Amino acid sequence: MTSHTATFDRKTWMGLLARAKPERLAQLFPELPAHELLRPPEIGAVMVQGRAGGAGSAFNLGEMTVTRCALRLISGAVGHAHVQGRDKPHATRAAVVDALMQTDQAAALAAQVLAPLQDEERVRRSARAARAAATKVEFFTLVRGEDQ
Amino acid sequence: MYVAVKGGERAIDAAHAWLAAERRGDTGIAALSVAQIREQLALAVNRVMAEGSLYDPDLAALAIKQARGDLIEAVFLICAYRTTLPRFGSSRPINTGDMALTRRISATFKDLPGGQILGPTFDYTHRLLDFALMAEGEAPLAAPPPPSPPHRGGGEAPLPATLPHLDTPVPPSPLVGEGWGGGGTPAPVPHVTDFLNRDGLIQSEVPSDATPPDLTREPMELPASRPLRLQALTRGDEGFVLSLAYSTQRGYGRTHAFVGELRIGTVAVEMDIPELGFAVDIGEIEVTECETVNQFTGSRTEPPQFTRGYGLVFGQTERKAISMSLVDRALRWKELGEDFIGAPAQDEEFVLMHADNVQATGFLEHIKLPHYVDFQSELELIRRLRAEAITQREAAE
Repeated sequence: MTSHTATFDRKTWMGLLARAKPERLAQLFPELPAHELLRPPEIGAVMVQGRAGGAGSAFNLGEMTVTRCALRLISGAVGHAHVQGRDKPHATRAAVVDALMQTDQAAALAAQVLAPLQDEERVRRSARAARAAATKVEFFTLVRGEDQ
Repeated sequence: MYVAVKGGERAIDAAHAWLAAERRGDTGIAALSVAQIREQLALAVNRVMAEGSLYDPDLAALAIKQARGDLIEAVFLICAYRTTLPRFGSSRPINTGDMALTRRISATFKDLPGGQILGPTFDYTHRLLDFALMAEGEAPLAAPPPPSPPHRGGGEAPLPATLPHLDTPVPPSPLVGEGWGGGGTPAPVPHVTDFLNRDGLIQSEVPSDATPPDLTREPMELPASRPLRLQALTRGDEGFVLSLAYSTQRGYGRTHAFVGELRIGTVAVEMDIPELGFAVDIGEIEVTECETVNQFTGSRTEPPQFTRGYGLVFGQTERKAISMSLVDRALRWKELGEDFIGAPAQDEEFVLMHADNVQATGFLEHIKLPHYVDFQSELELIRRLRAEAITQREAAE
């Protein structure tokens, strides 16, 4: 699968946009089309939950900063964004891309914005995993007395 | 008793101006940027995020800079800021089984599927001061060594479903394809406790999505549920939780803990968005998770089995996560039918009411604020008692 033919569902692209570095997203998608803000970008917090024992009862681990935004394009398409951090332009840009992805511009946008984000995320993750793998312990058993 | 007093504004302004100058230090030395603190003092940043209960590395770094490196003061700044934020909602519970690992070790199984991954650890360092870091211009960073070749097997990593039990030979790691930059996103690595669980040797956790209590919103109520205790511990003062955990090891509520698994890595945070009707990833956070496996010979209500303690903390915060899991286990004596032996770590009220370092600092330090009238009345009381005592002694003679 090459990234140029990749298709994205909404959940996937919203996740990519939320995790993207704001500067990188701005680089890939610099010009914002005209839009009407339904919910101006707002900074807030989301309580992150964990589970006791990794599997049991949910508990509150602590909050994280999140910026959200909702807007409508001239075409009528509505975009939403919840992105980590406190960057309002990031949330606005993510909401615009979310809206455009529901229009006939989806394919172009997927190639221009989403595919590079996905590729870069994949490279970043596998580089980190490889770095972790280099610290993997290879145990070997020394010759024991009874073997001799 | 409090009485409004005026005056001192000029002194306070001058003190704050001096504080700002002291914070900056010698202006002949370059100022620290927030980004430098975030990148190079990352473990301090992690601690402030964990104890301030707010995951935002930039803000934590700013707080450290503003607090002149006083981490509890930085936690205070973060807590104060956090209370100004509107709460958008709660995430789904993070799935630590899907963690992208940077570290994963087990003290209970040498050869476990997924392997032991040391990650960027202080373990096995010699704790000798590295004077090279002091010299102007650091030595270039060493490139990571290539992974050592697999000892046996090789080839494709098996699917997780085909992983054998622990008592069979260990396959090559399913963590990543061997070699550099190979493969895509690594497959998830199973939790160690899952293996013990399969054999019924360890107490199992019952999943529940009941809305957990939130002590940042409602006052703490005792007796506390385990979710409330875990929240108090994960944001508790690291030193306090460490000391309590250490006390259990020394015999004050001994729980015979082994680190079944310690893992550090990043997990996705997913939240249901009502406008959309489905859940989306809103970001990614680094966490440390510790699961202890504790010897347990059985009690009036429970059969002999291993029991569990759990630690989960924001950031790379290994000491805290291990401490949390030991204290969590000690606090579970009631549900496991153990005896209360009066150990501090078993005493829920003692632990939970003293773990918050901002609360503790506030109450501790308030005694340095003006108590002139209080003290005046104490002074008068002592003078009167002394006078009475002297009169009585003279009368007796």
